[in-house]
Formats: sequence, C-alpha cells, structure tokens
Amino acid sequence: MDRTTIDLWVGVFVALGMAALLGLAMKVGNLTSANIGPTYSVSAAFENVGSLKPHAPVKSAGVVVGRVDSINFDGSKFEAVVKINIDQRYAFPKDTFANIYTAGLLGEQYIGLEAGGDEDNLKNGDKITQTQDAIVLEKMISQFLFSKASETKSDSKEPEVKPVAGAKASGGKAATKAVELGDPGF
Amino acid sequence: MTKSTLLIAVTRMLRGLGSRMIDRIWRLGAGARLFFLTIFYSGESFRRFHLILREIYFTGVMSLLIIIVSAFFVGMVLALQGYNTLQKYGSSEAIGVLVALSLVRELGPVVTALLFAGRAGTAITAEIGLMKTTEQLSAMEIMAVSPIARVVAPRFWAGVISMPILAALFSMVGILGGYLVAVPLIGVDDGAFWSQMQANVDFRVDIVDGLIKSLVFGVACTMIALFEGFDAPPTAEGVSRATTRTVVISSLTVLGLDFILTSFMLVV
Repeated sequence: MDRTTIDLWVGVFVALGMAALLGLAMKVGNLTSANIGPTYSVSAAFENVGSLKPHAPVKSAGVVVGRVDSINFDGSKFEAVVKINIDQRYAFPKDTFANIYTAGLLGEQYIGLEAGGDEDNLKNGDKITQTQDAIVLEKMISQFLFSKASETKSDSKEPEVKPVAGAKASGGKAATKAVELGDPGF
Repeated sequence: MTKSTLLIAVTRMLRGLGSRMIDRIWRLGAGARLFFLTIFYSGESFRRFHLILREIYFTGVMSLLIIIVSAFFVGMVLALQGYNTLQKYGSSEAIGVLVALSLVRELGPVVTALLFAGRAGTAITAEIGLMKTTEQLSAMEIMAVSPIARVVAPRFWAGVISMPILAALFSMVGILGGYLVAVPLIGVDDGAFWSQMQANVDFRVDIVDGLIKSLVFGVACTMIALFEGFDAPPTAEGVSRATTRTVVISSLTVLGLDFILTSFMLVV
C-alpha cells in the first residue's frame, strides 16, 4: 500500500467525519436556530412563565416571528421579565398582547403575539404591557374543584329552585346560583 | 486429617486470589507507565506524521464498513422499537428525539468503542504481539530506534483521532437509518421528525458530550490494546490470549467509564 493511496483514504475518512459532525450540528442540534436575521428587542412582564425557556419560539398567527432571548426575575415587582428578539421585518403595534401558549401535549411553551389596534409600533427596547400568563395545571384544577364544590353546596341548600340562568328569581340565593352556573369558573 | 486438607485448600485459594490481584495491579502500573512513555515520545512520532497517517488508515478507515453498517441497523431498530412504544401514548412524533438522543448521547460513543475494540484493538494487539514474538522490537532497540516512538505512539494517536470521527459517523448514519424507517416506512411526519429533534437536541450538552465520551473511550481502548500487545508473552498462545484480553478488558472499561462519565455529565 503506497503512501498516496493511504493519504487519499485517510483524507476521505477525515472528511467524512467532519461532514458527519457538521450534519449533526446543523440538522440534529439547534445550532441553526440563530439564523433569523436582524432583530429588535422587546420586553414583556409575566406573573408566571410556566416552563418557557430561552430560544423558545415567538409566534404570531402561528408563524415564528422571533425567539425568546432571556428570562429574568424582577425582585421589586415579583414578576418575570422576558426579553424577546423579534425579526425586523415584522412591526407590531404598541398594544400587542403577549400570551404564553403550550404547543401540543409534550408541553413546549411558546409566546403568541396578537396585534392590537394602536397606530404606533413597538421599537427596540419597548415593553409589551398586555400579557397573559402561562396556564398552571394546579390552579386550573383548584378553580374547577372550587366551582364544583360551591355548586353542590348551593344545590343542597335550595333543592327546589330551578337553575334558569339569567331568570329573575326571588331572593338573592337563586340569583347567585344562576350566576354561578353560568360562570365557567376560570 | 480432613480438617487440615480443607485448611490447605482454603489457604491455596486465598493465596491464588491474592497473587492474581497483585498481578493485575502490577499490570495496571505497567500500563500506566507505557501510557506516560507514549505521551513522552509523541513529539517524535508527530514529526514522522506519515506513520500516524498509515495507522489511521489501518485503524480508522478499515473500521468504516463495520461502523456504518452497524449504525444503520441500530438506527433502524431504534426507530422501530421506539415507535412501537410511543404510539401507545400518542407521541409518535417524538421518535426523532428518541433516536437522536439515544444515539448521540450513549449508543454512538459506546457501541463505536465496542466495535473499535473488537476490530482495531485486536488488530493492534496481534500486530504488536507478533512484532515482539519475531523479535522486531528488540532489533529496533538494538539499532537505537525507540520502539515506543515508532510503533506504539503512532498507533495511540491514530486511535485517539479515529474514535471521535467514527462515533460521529455512527450517530449520523444511525439517525439517517432511523429517519428512513420512521418517515417513508412507518409514516411519521417528516417536518415533525426533524423539528422535534432540533428543538430537543442541544449541541453543547448532547453532541459535544458525546464527542468527549468518544475521545475518552478512544484513549482507553487504544491504550489497552497497545499494552496487551506490548506485554504479551512472546509465543503464539500468548499473542492469542492477549488478543482475547484486549476485547474483554476494553469492553468492560468502556462500559464502566461510560457510567462514570454519564454521571458527571448529567449532574453538571
């Protein structure tokens, strides 16, 4: 086996290895998620960010328009401040809503932006004021149980009152009961 | 009379155990000495880089066939088994994540190391053992050529360079095999396969850790193969037993090191 053949095959071998590593980095890993182009930074404050992570997508109408840059805790107001990088091609009005949604059962959380009607747009460094927190499962369950419990309690107190929502009934208790039944409890 | 023969048998067993332990510790020390000598003479072997290139050909390039074919089948089996379980929970789209993480974090480095020890490790041990048997190593020493610089160190660096390349190839071909089973064969969505994988595989934590593991395994497997060959009794039977020992000890070391490295990496 002369030297040139060995050199050739070793070169091919190392090149294959580099290509495999590159393929792993680009296709398999998340190294390409930083190629979104020039962005501007906007911050939003939430009371609960759930399991939102940095590099989570920021979507509007279902299309990815940016990425979450960082999540920090504000010790003075006790809320989470999330910095978002939005692609410069998209401008959002100042009264945009920022909500935290969950994509699918396995729970990858993302920020959804819903545009408001303001004429002025968000600029670099602005703050989104209208926010909605992530849904925490325990709070939902406790609210549901609470509404169920108060429903059965007033059921046992006034069994003869018919549950017609909005109907004018005698006494405050029936009116309260109608309101409670109409209220989904969220 | 019976009691003293029992006593003799027990003491003989204990003495044998003790001498075997001392022998193993001695071999460990001798192996460490060979390791340090290899590092010491590495500069001389890098100056004759064609030696290292030749060894990369014989350890790395010749192992390509077994690595690529094994990777392909491992990836395909992972996809099949993974889909079988995931679809019970309605999460069949996580198959990409399952295949990628299993391969990149664990199966890539470990299976590559086991195959490398079996194929390249035994070749190294047999070659050096035979050189020792036919007194080529002694002849080199007489000519004032350091056998460690000419024979051992190039093979060491060839193994260390080849292992991460082979592990990366294993992971990539395995993922491709998994893709071929999951998307065209089973019918999982193409975009979901790759996007879920990209969302859950982190370059620094998963891929780089896998590379670090494969480097450590490369050092361990190559050093074990080199030492067993260098220390083999210069007979035909000695060389053959040394080859077997290489495979067994390399495999056990790789699996043990894998546990230790994983426990470091997952905690940190």
